[in-house]
This record gives sequence, structure tokens and C-alpha cells, in this order.
Amino acid sequence: MDTNDSLRVASLWHSMHAISQQLSPTTGCSEIELLEANTFDLHCFQSLTGSKFFVVCKLGTQHMEALLKVVYELYTDYVLKNPFYEMKMPIRCEVFDINLTQTVQKDRVALLGR
Amino acid sequence: MIGTGKIKQYANVLDKPLGKGKQEVSLSAFAFLFSELVQYNQTQVDNISELETRLEDAGYAVGARVLELLCHRDKGNRRETRLLGILSFVHSTVWKVLFGKVADSLEKGTEHEDEYMISEKELLVNRFISIPKDMGTFHCGAFVAGIVKGVLENAGFPAVVTAHFVPVEGQQRPRTTILIKFAEEVLRREARLG
Repeated sequence: MDTNDSLRVASLWHSMHAISQQLSPTTGCSEIELLEANTFDLHCFQSLTGSKFFVVCKLGTQHMEALLKVVYELYTDYVLKNPFYEMKMPIRCEVFDINLTQTVQKDRVALLGR
Repeated sequence: MIGTGKIKQYANVLDKPLGKGKQEVSLSAFAFLFSELVQYNQTQVDNISELETRLEDAGYAVGARVLELLCHRDKGNRRETRLLGILSFVHSTVWKVLFGKVADSLEKGTEHEDEYMISEKELLVNRFISIPKDMGTFHCGAFVAGIVKGVLENAGFPAVVTAHFVPVEGQQRPRTTILIKFAEEVLRREARLG
């Protein structure tokens, strides 16, 4: 998936997320946490500031919420403290990418170990 | 009478002893402040070398003040006159006060007599910063190079100090080296002192 596709998917998700708040039959719905499809799961985490982090994974993968929280921490550290990052632009920070792949690898190893 | 049995009150604020102060500052707070410093300077300059110069000047001011403070607080007002003395002062005391640990290593340059290198796996100021590819050889460690320059120049050892990335095999992030090139007069003085 190249940048344009990612942007398209992200904006689709943002709209769906907003619509879901209106559609909910019960009051007090703030976000979509989990989307279960035929072949994949989509976990979403919304921060207090409204930034949404979502991960698309294989059916039934555990502990994605914890992963999303870690990714949020990495975002605040390596993206927001980077003077060369412009807000709302696609993230092209080397350190962020390195730490992200490390975290996913660690998670993958831990999951396989179980 | 003022003072007996209570905390001593100083009539003149200049007589109060210099406290050690708060030993720790939030890393995040510093990272945000430094990030804003870099961003602000980016708007004021036209090219990368000017940006580095600005960061260096900012560091120079810090270095001058840190030298005064540390000479009074940690060294009992003794002045360093030898090259190795001032270099180990920078490498251990200054680094410990500013970054919480001594620098990784201090080496003498092999090619030139007047070059010394302080190297560090990753400078604290650079920890959260990723330089975009189009900025080439720009190094935010220019700020730290400025600090070292401020300390050395105000101690009487004029030098040109720069920060460089040194790629290391087996690691994704390159090491940082602060290159110190002393002026002619320093070496002549050092030779005279024997």
C-alpha cells in the first residue's frame, strides 16, 4: 500500500468512526473499538486528543490494545518531539519506524511463544 | 534575635549559599523545548549551515555559564591550565551535570596533533530527533558542540568544535562524535608547559 492508499483508508475510517457515534442504539458511544471481518480484525484506539490509532491483524489476535497503547507512546515520543515533523503530514521519522518495527517484532515473538 | 533556632535569614540575597538546585529535569519538557528551538531557528535562516551556526551560538552561551557554575561548585575555584585537564573536565564533570552520565569516550585524533574526539552512542538532545533525508549532514548535536566550545573558549583554550555522525556497522543509528580542533596558540602553550 502506498501513501495515497493509506491516506484513503485512513480518511474512510475516520468518517466511519464519526458516523458510528451517531448510529449507536445506546447512548454514550464514543468510538469503534473492534471491527471483526471475515479474514481480519481491526482494533482501534482513540487518544484523549482525538487521534486514532488502528491496527489490522489476523482473526483472533490477542493483546492488540496493549500494542496500540505502546504505539501511542512511541508516537508522542519520536514524532511529536521531532522538530522536523509537520503536524498532520504523513510520518516519515526514521527513529519512529525503527522503534515501531522493534515493538511489533517483540510482540510477534511473544505471541508465537505462547 | 533573628536567626537563633530558626532558618538563618540572609539580609542580602547575594550572601545566600549557592544551592545544588534541582538535580533532575523532565526529559520530555527538555525535548519539547529543544524541538521548538530548532523549529524557531529554521524559520529564521536560509540554509543548513546557518542553522547549525545558530544552534552552536545557543550552546556557546550555555557553555560559558556552565563553566562558571561548575568551577565554583565542583572544583573549588581551581582553574585548569593543561589540555588533558580541561578535556577530562568536559568529558566527565560537564557531561555528568548536563546529561547525567559521563561521555562514552575521549580519544586523541590520529591524523592531526590538535584534534580530539568525544564520542557518544546517542546524544541526549538527539534521542527523539530523526533528520529528514534532504537535510543531508545536518546534526542537532551542533548545540552540544556549542556547549563544549563555550566551556573551552572561556577556560582559555580556543577551539573549533563540530558534531558528526559516524556510521557503525551492525547498528542502524550512527554514533555521534564531537570533534575538537584546538587553535595554534593552545598547542604552543602546551608544548611550552612541557
